[in-house]
Amino acid sequence: MINENITLAFENCKLEKRPALLTYIVAGDSNKKMTLDILKAISPYVDICEIGMPHNTSVADGKQIQNSSYRALKNGTKLNDVFEIVKNFKKIEPTKPKILMGYFNQILQYGPNKFLNKCKNIGVDGLIVVDLPFPENKEFADKCKKHHINFIQLLAPTTSTERMKQIIKHSHDMIYYISMLSTTGGKLKLTPKQIIKNYFKIKKINKDKNIVIGFGITEKTIQSLKQADGLVVGSQLCKGISNSLKTKRSPVKTLTNLVKLLKSKI
Amino acid sequence: MIRIQKRKPIIDQHDKNYLYAGKFGGNFVPETLKKPIEDLTKLFNKLRKDKKFIRERDYYFKNYVGTPTSFIKLYNTSHQLGGAQIYAKVVSEANGGAHKIYNAIVHALICKHAGKKYIIGDTGAGYAGKMLSMAAKKFGLKCKIFMGTKDMARQKPNCDAIRVNGAEIIPVDSGSKTLVDAVSECMRYWVSNCDTTHMCVGSTVGPNIFVKICAWSTAQISRELIVQLKEEFGKIPKKLKLINCVGGGSSAIGFWNSFMDYNKKQVEFIGVEAGGPKNSKLHAAPLTNKSKIGILHGAAQYVVQDKEGQISETASISAGLDYPGVSPLHCFLKDAKRARYTAVSDEEALAAYQLIAKNEKIRPSLEPSHAFAVAIKLAPKLSEDTIIVVNSCGDAKKDELILTKRLGKDHD
Ligand SMILES: Cc1ncc(COP(=O)(O)O)c(C=O)c1O
Repeated sequence: MINENITLAFENCKLEKRPALLTYIVAGDSNKKMTLDILKAISPYVDICEIGMPHNTSVADGKQIQNSSYRALKNGTKLNDVFEIVKNFKKIEPTKPKILMGYFNQILQYGPNKFLNKCKNIGVDGLIVVDLPFPENKEFADKCKKHHINFIQLLAPTTSTERMKQIIKHSHDMIYYISMLSTTGGKLKLTPKQIIKNYFKIKKINKDKNIVIGFGITEKTIQSLKQADGLVVGSQLCKGISNSLKTKRSPVKTLTNLVKLLKSKI
Repeated sequence: MIRIQKRKPIIDQHDKNYLYAGKFGGNFVPETLKKPIEDLTKLFNKLRKDKKFIRERDYYFKNYVGTPTSFIKLYNTSHQLGGAQIYAKVVSEANGGAHKIYNAIVHALICKHAGKKYIIGDTGAGYAGKMLSMAAKKFGLKCKIFMGTKDMARQKPNCDAIRVNGAEIIPVDSGSKTLVDAVSECMRYWVSNCDTTHMCVGSTVGPNIFVKICAWSTAQISRELIVQLKEEFGKIPKKLKLINCVGGGSSAIGFWNSFMDYNKKQVEFIGVEAGGPKNSKLHAAPLTNKSKIGILHGAAQYVVQDKEGQISETASISAGLDYPGVSPLHCFLKDAKRARYTAVSDEEALAAYQLIAKNEKIRPSLEPSHAFAVAIKLAPKLSEDTIIVVNSCGDAKKDELILTKRLGKDHD
């Protein structure tokens, strides 16, 4: 076990015979305090919190997450703010897993070792680095392991079976399966049934890994995917923030309601 | 010390992670793109060894692009300035008006060989987009071009050409609304459509395979030049300087490719980046201004960025050079000290344009005008037996709006 919080979160969900609910919001969207307020408000319904480190050249993100990132950056969000959000959230929810997600250049400029030490000190449990694929990520993933941080490998519909085996072999406890050919937030191109079928092909390679499905999941589709170990909802939440800001409603309330709804479906 | 290996194509001098000098380039891409990139790499490696494919390429270069583009002496300018003799390789004579046609043709051919019907590409100055739309039309491919809205406004003639060729322009309104955002958006589209669609990257940037394909394609320029130099001088001159503007770097690498193994004391490479407006801190010159190594569009390179790894906004009068990053190949050439890089301001480029347009029969676009600015500065300081060749890789037609705005209606 590399990271206790993540492993326990999945175990608890299994006891409750349901998938883990993972949420993604961008740190600093639209300011530091709001992100912390949202995290506090939704965390009773969420099993694992993913927190985006906003980046301005995000080649794998769709419009919704881009908008969130631009808002956060425009308001001056820096990596230290992201760390502060995590640190403060950790005080309130010490065992709730916290995963940071971002692009490798952010880590490279901060300094990979310094970054991982910081993550460990403030209680980051996992990392998703969108543009650091296998096998280029081996060295960094090993470093994560030494810091008790889960480096979360990604699998895509284009990943060959042979490659999947390799990646899974080198993966930590949790793996992220991208459901379809898309940036984040696209419309589902496959039926949930097809996605689940593909998912179980991967699951068969190693049953012990916790594999979550992400990309394109909303309250409309989440129910039909609930056989998975975990389901990630991101763009829909980012869109919720955008819409609330536009209509001058409280993003905290909107997101709380959305997350409650998502939870009720699984 | 970093060294360039002799007798080995520069594009192949990477390690198993596709890094040049162990640190430039690579494939920093989302997992989804790993497979399409691997497939494309295999296909290109096969095709470049295939004599039939080479014949096909050469056929289109000869009959469609038009080879060779001419090599001319700039008598008036050389005479006026004194010192070194200034020549130009008039690559803007190529069909479409710039070097971007070589890469576009090769990508369209690869797309056909891959059995794909859709092709996408990015563009800044609009040339890469125009050429891809031409090649797509020629080979019956459906084409989408991603372009920043700021560039669409300032390079309208090329936008018109893209549409006339039947391609669709996808306006990109995010970030700085220029080339950097166009490439990002194009890559995003490819992430979502890589099963049916071939991606062309408009310069020697992006994941390694795109750097390779592009540099391999533009190498045509130096293959022609080496012959033309021998015709003109009987041999390669003892003191030769090859000056080229550098945005992503596809034109420069193509201009220098065949000269790589010459001693740099004999054949010097000078790359000219966009220094931006004279009194502004903004620029697009990562090599000249000692930017740090970072990752942009899937490759490690010197890139204009802030301490947090956010890509910085750039500025240049020339849309084609207005890009925060630069080819990993140029980072490699810089660190190996095979090439040297400098930058000139918007104002210097405009002045160079005026001088050349007034003196000569060519009207270089704002990108090569950056290179001419350096030639003009250097020539008087050099001996008469020094030969300067500038790659005039674009024509000023596309810049009419900017030239009129900055220099008035009767600008040359
Ligand atoms: C005429 C011209 N020259 C130069 C460039 C810069 O690109 P590169 O450095 O790849 O040649 C462009 C790009 O659009 C261009 O249109």
